[in-house]
Amino acid sequence: MRHKEHFRTAVYPTPFHPRTSQLNTLNQWHKWKDYTTADAFFDAALEYAAIRNACAVFDLSPMTKHRITGPDALPFLNRLITRDVAKIKAGRVGYCVWCDDNGRVIDDGTVFHLQQGDYRLCSQERQLDWLARSVYGFDVSIVEDTHDVAALALQGPTSCAVLKAIGCRGVERLTPFGIAYFPFAGTDLMVSRTGFTGDLGYELWIEPARALELWDALFEKGANHGIRPMGTHALEVARIEAGFIQAQVDFLPADQAIMQDRSRSPFELDLGRLVDFNKPNFNGRRALLEEQKRGSRYRLVRLDVEGNKPARSAYIYDSKRNVVGTVTSAEWSPSAKANIALASMHMPWGLPGDELWAEIYYQRELKWSRVMSRCRVVEGAFFDPPRRRATPAADF
Amino acid sequence: MTERVIVIGAGHNGLACAAYLAKAGREVLVLEAADRVGGAAITREFAPGYRVSGCAHICYQLDPGIVQELGLASLGLKTAQANLRTVALAAEGDHLVLHAGELEAGALPDRDRAALREYHSRMLRFARVLGKQHNRRPPRIGGGGRSELIGAAMLGLDIRRLGRASMREFLRIAGINIFDVLEETFDTPLLKGALAFDAVLGANLGPRSNNSVLTLLHRLSGQATGVTGGLSLPEGGMGAVSEALAAAARAGGAMIRTGSAVARITLEAGRISGVELKSGEKLAAGIVISNADPAHTLLRLLGARNLETGFVHRIRHFRSKGMAAKLHLALDGLPSFARLSAERAGARLVIAPDPGYIERAFDHAKYGECSPHPALEITIPSIHDRSLAPPGQHVLSAIVQYAPFDPRASSDSARAGLLDRTLGLLERYAPGLRRQVVASELLLPADIEREFRITGGHWHHGELALDQLLMLRPVPGAAQYAMPVHGLYLCGAGCHPGGGVMGSAGRNSARAVLAGERAA
Repeated sequence: MRHKEHFRTAVYPTPFHPRTSQLNTLNQWHKWKDYTTADAFFDAALEYAAIRNACAVFDLSPMTKHRITGPDALPFLNRLITRDVAKIKAGRVGYCVWCDDNGRVIDDGTVFHLQQGDYRLCSQERQLDWLARSVYGFDVSIVEDTHDVAALALQGPTSCAVLKAIGCRGVERLTPFGIAYFPFAGTDLMVSRTGFTGDLGYELWIEPARALELWDALFEKGANHGIRPMGTHALEVARIEAGFIQAQVDFLPADQAIMQDRSRSPFELDLGRLVDFNKPNFNGRRALLEEQKRGSRYRLVRLDVEGNKPARSAYIYDSKRNVVGTVTSAEWSPSAKANIALASMHMPWGLPGDELWAEIYYQRELKWSRVMSRCRVVEGAFFDPPRRRATPAADF
Repeated sequence: MTERVIVIGAGHNGLACAAYLAKAGREVLVLEAADRVGGAAITREFAPGYRVSGCAHICYQLDPGIVQELGLASLGLKTAQANLRTVALAAEGDHLVLHAGELEAGALPDRDRAALREYHSRMLRFARVLGKQHNRRPPRIGGGGRSELIGAAMLGLDIRRLGRASMREFLRIAGINIFDVLEETFDTPLLKGALAFDAVLGANLGPRSNNSVLTLLHRLSGQATGVTGGLSLPEGGMGAVSEALAAAARAGGAMIRTGSAVARITLEAGRISGVELKSGEKLAAGIVISNADPAHTLLRLLGARNLETGFVHRIRHFRSKGMAAKLHLALDGLPSFARLSAERAGARLVIAPDPGYIERAFDHAKYGECSPHPALEITIPSIHDRSLAPPGQHVLSAIVQYAPFDPRASSDSARAGLLDRTLGLLERYAPGLRRQVVASELLLPADIEREFRITGGHWHHGELALDQLLMLRPVPGAAQYAMPVHGLYLCGAGCHPGGGVMGSAGRNSARAVLAGERAA
């Protein structure tokens, strides 16, 4: 943070605030890591509908961003992160998690390989402390530049068409997790084909001084493509449909857990594919190897719950009424037409075919009721349209 | 499968470790950076014809089991003087001569005499609890295994066995400061000063710092567990201990190469593959045991990038900044302390007039200055061992407290200033001493770091503190000698049971290596 007077401002407006505040007819806001963020703009259900049927813009600026540069940037990241960062070529993005020495997940995020020896690491939580602590022994510089980069997520089937309309020529050829640059308003607009919705979509990165021009161009050129602003409520439904997990919701960051039992390993979050034991050393390696031998304590599963009442925070029972898990995220999925949930199950429960029940409490006219709903373990995302990966991306 | 073992550093612990492994039939190679074995247990010539124990200068903790098992006596280890008395020096000559809780000479009120006897036996009883742990591998916290639980239970049982009243007293004082304990026990300032100094010798503590009782108990633990001869001076200086251990290692078949500084520990696919010397020579070994301090071993020889973030953080914050300087004087005659016989001058002489004096000396060092009025532990080993100085001449060796690791002044001016003040202080107690000085050497902690290759220049490789002892030494998760990298072990004073010339860390580490082989 370069601004010495930062403490005088409790909550920052994002670089897009002049526009988002105009559009937020509901005036619904919350604080996301010291920035003001819209819950919803006009109607969360319609904003969600824009994600799946047209395109929606989400102000991503509060996302914690770090720039990691220097001759040891790659070895540094490879010690930090469980997956092999060497496999993320320049111009590519990788989803990743990082662990403490006990192999428990501190946070998940995306690592952007901008060019050789130059990376951007985005995270849900503030990570500067852990990154700085990890620097010792590496010739690397780490700057938290959250404040210096304005970012938008443009998600939905028409997102590619809108980008082409604002001048991103050839963006349709960008493959998922690819990065491209386009001249825009006299600067470089960085576009990555990434997102938190499991749909065709992009994330746009630009210097804050050009933020409003980007917003205006998108909404001007996107008008005929059904562009809408979206808040966190709409995004939440989309990310659960995509099966994505979120820190503080689906797992507790290991550095915030007081009780060891509360944190989770990558295996326990169904992220074993992000752990590469071929690397001789990374944070958590020894503990994770041990866990592989000994077995994990938990399993993250996707559940299709009977009925239409979201199973928020529900206990999961086996056929004998033993508690065998807890729901961490749940929503009604309009696209899958299903009552979906992410749940953390005690081992060995949570295999497809297990008889599981969710105990759901719901309120109608201030009267609480309870229903036991049968759950089915689902493999893969609840909603996974082919357009998410199709390259070149279509216009729709 | 047995593999070649390389021991980095021929300090007394490295040599003890090598001797035990060689005895067990392992192929052992010891690599020492210096031209001679010994590390900080070494006798070195600091001026032509004058030799002195270069760092540690009194033997009070050497494990009798090690002496016996390795047959050190038959390998040449002899005592020049056993049962050293402690003389609390008074400038005017009203010294107190202390030994084993008794006042042998000098004047003390009856109350203090009786209290001294009781204090001595109480502290020894408590020190025995610590001493009993020296030869055990400390339990792993949260390890969960049966042996871990038994280990933790044994420690608890040893404390419980003190009896209800003593256990309460042990738990009451183990974490507090020596100043308060002495205040509630004694009246005579000179007595309190000498006893307080025992508690802070070599430590980054003043008498009023909490934890100073624990450092005292650690210091006493050797005597408590029956180190023969109490405080003693080996014939030929502390180097003789190392020479005997080296002879034991060689007798078992170990190779010792001096002048072979290790540049780094090498890895292959995450496992130890050997070491690379500064000369560029590569030596293969499946197991590397380091007698070097934890920071040097892990952060410099192995490298932080081969370790995990949390572990590196803990190793980096292992407190290892020395606070004690070492003074060596070559004298053209025996100094004459006021009303102290020549025979008594061969005792352990302490200059610490009262606990407040030591505390004030510490105050300056806390803020980066060498003490204007330092406290001293002095020996004149040449009185007992004529081999150390030319005929008629003497060597004086003293621990000078306090001297910070990173003084605010330049080290040259800090060193010159402390030397001058220390000589001035000695002159007050032994008039004419300044004129007897033929040559002098003062090693500040930074000099000790350089000379003996100990990060921070701390004699014990790191503070002996509640949070850095037993299963917490050097850091939690690494207190069982095996490091997080497969095949790498520590065996120095930075491990349990810590510093002082004991040899226990070396032996325990050798046992851990052998146990690791059996488990593999």
